[in-house]
Amino acid sequence: MSNPMKENQITTDPTKPAQRMRAGGLRIAAMPWVIAGLFLLVMPFIFTDNSAITIMNQMAITIIFALAYNMLLGQGGMLSFGHAVYAGVGGFACMHVMSMTDFFALLPLPVLPLFGGLFGMGLAMIIGSFSTRSAGTVFAMISLGVGELIAACSVIIVAFFGGEEGVSGDRTYANPFFGVEFLHQIEVYYLIAFWLMLSALLMYLFSRTPIGRMANAVRDNPERAEFLGYSSRWVRFYSFIFSGFFAGIAGGLFAINYEIVTEENLNTASSGVILLVTFLGGVGFFFGPIIGAIAFTLLQTVLSLQTELWAFYAGVLFLATVMFFPGGLAGLLMMHVPAIRLGKASGLIVPYLKTLIPALIGILGLSALVEMTFHFRHASVGDEEMTVFWTTFDSHTVLPWAVAIAVTVVAFAIMRMMLPTLRTAWAEANTASSTSQGGAA
Amino acid sequence: MDLVLVNLIDGLVTGLLLFMLSAGLTLIFSMMGVLNFAHASFYMLGAYFAYQISIALGFWMGLLVAPLIVGVIGAGVERYGLRRVHQYGHVPELIFTFGLALLIEELVQFIWGKNQLPYQIPEVLNFTAFAISGNSIPAYKVFMIFISIAIFIGLLYVLTKTRVGMIIQAALSYPRTVEALGHNVPLIFMGVFGVGTALAGVAGVIAGPVLGTFPGMAFVLGSIVFVTIVIGGLGSLWGALVASLLIGWITTFAKSYNIRMEDILNGIGISTPENLGDSMFRDIWTVTSPQIADILPYILMVLILIFRPYGLFGNRDA
Repeated sequence: MSNPMKENQITTDPTKPAQRMRAGGLRIAAMPWVIAGLFLLVMPFIFTDNSAITIMNQMAITIIFALAYNMLLGQGGMLSFGHAVYAGVGGFACMHVMSMTDFFALLPLPVLPLFGGLFGMGLAMIIGSFSTRSAGTVFAMISLGVGELIAACSVIIVAFFGGEEGVSGDRTYANPFFGVEFLHQIEVYYLIAFWLMLSALLMYLFSRTPIGRMANAVRDNPERAEFLGYSSRWVRFYSFIFSGFFAGIAGGLFAINYEIVTEENLNTASSGVILLVTFLGGVGFFFGPIIGAIAFTLLQTVLSLQTELWAFYAGVLFLATVMFFPGGLAGLLMMHVPAIRLGKASGLIVPYLKTLIPALIGILGLSALVEMTFHFRHASVGDEEMTVFWTTFDSHTVLPWAVAIAVTVVAFAIMRMMLPTLRTAWAEANTASSTSQGGAA
Repeated sequence: MDLVLVNLIDGLVTGLLLFMLSAGLTLIFSMMGVLNFAHASFYMLGAYFAYQISIALGFWMGLLVAPLIVGVIGAGVERYGLRRVHQYGHVPELIFTFGLALLIEELVQFIWGKNQLPYQIPEVLNFTAFAISGNSIPAYKVFMIFISIAIFIGLLYVLTKTRVGMIIQAALSYPRTVEALGHNVPLIFMGVFGVGTALAGVAGVIAGPVLGTFPGMAFVLGSIVFVTIVIGGLGSLWGALVASLLIGWITTFAKSYNIRMEDILNGIGISTPENLGDSMFRDIWTVTSPQIADILPYILMVLILIFRPYGLFGNRDA
């Protein structure tokens, strides 16, 4: 039953204790938060464009949602296929608060997401009362079933979910908050940024509480946690309702930002997207989902402008992550910590460049082939011109195909040739110079 | 009475189709302990392959060849995908199959486009088999019933009466022992995964013409299949059969009889409120059974999970 690797994850490592949160260490612990806060403040001055602010709003909402999701998946080991429901219901609740004009006129807008959070939490309490009895497959199934059920209800219970067209409202009817009426995108940005900082901090602190720590223990070995005197069911239940709360806040912010919430916000597809985002970023670390949300939102907004096939690429990327980097992007970054500690990370740069540049070219070549195949199959008759990577050509002639195939094959061949060099460099960078110990990460 | 009979037959067709999917899924689950989220995607692949083959070689070759191709692809997925992910644990395995389902849907759209394909019932079976007081039963439905039952009996026979079935059953519970006896257990797992996906492929081939062959077809059935095996009890073949038939009949009957919630509520003594338009609960009064037919299985599942968490036929440990 017991797996030595997993035990290491539960027992607190004496070299990096949780006590860092206390007195002397507080300044170090607070540093990333201060930096993140400043970063959020400055961002709109760097990217002043309205569309950039829209993307950043979307990103921030996704970050909160992904962090809430990771409370379940990463910290509690519960795989949910219907978590969009809690965000969606939170969003719908906020929409209905917005339409209660008398009440809403008294309420400052920044408080509104709290209603979303409370509604998400309330729903999570009801669902969690029976779904957190077990983790793993059974939990995943229940979450899927309940998610489908509530999403299907959105068409039937029109009074709450607004049917096909959803519910829309106007955020500016709220009581002005220190004179701010939230007419402009930038004002909404700061509102969302405030909630992002607050909820990220709260979620981080939650993961440091005994209950957050026990969630990890229950994830790794529920039996042992039970022997310690903790009810794994209650530990899961608490994680679940807190996750529901923060998902609801994300939903509320969505409602404020877009002023419309529809069935799409709670269907299975949205639940799938948040799983994808979280796993892509990495579930093993607290900051993993943040990276995932940023990367995915960029991918979604930028790539979807370039190609119709962006969902296909996202799917391939996701599968590749699950198969080769189960730690996600965060895990990939953290793999380099030992090398940096040993002061040998600089030795990796050249081998990395030598491998990654051909790999990148190969991937671009491959995607060009995919695009050309797609165009060849689906373009309307007579429309033989296509544009890939700023080159326009006829997809029905041989030359572009030959070029694309040649580029792909050659690039991947070079990458394969360079791989052994990278492997030696990697082993070298992760070995302490005095002793032969250390090993790969 | 005649309408009841017609509905019984319709429900049976839906239920048996569902069973073909859930049988493969539950077999794979009891083998690897992992629910194959992409199971319905293999069903979709079955339909698409069969369509492509039927254009060139006719329906019957499609019925024969498409499940084989799907099975081979399934075995390949097990060998090169799942087996690799297995080392990371069950949750990444589940996530892997989830990602696979997304990718297969995108791939199908990539190759065949987003529109429904004109996959037709074969000419030979395009006639009315018999009629029950004016309601005609097409021959294709009878064919579907027979092929499903034949597959179920075949599966049961192989699993319980043959040597291969014995080895598979032993490998499910005691893989180490079976390995020590000289059997290649990973190969058995791969084979069972292949057969399970091939079963899904068969379901796709015969369901494609009646339920429509379009990129969303996996999505439509995907979650219902899971609901089925949760209701039946994870890993139980008989449970899957009972739950499939139950779901088939419940949805069919709910769709064909227009029962209004208002009548039920009035019947148990709750009177309709006068100003229905203002009430937050007005939708509960106006809802009808065909409207909720599609979500009845989910309601059933939630009820089952609350009162009998291990499903109808499952054992407590599952």
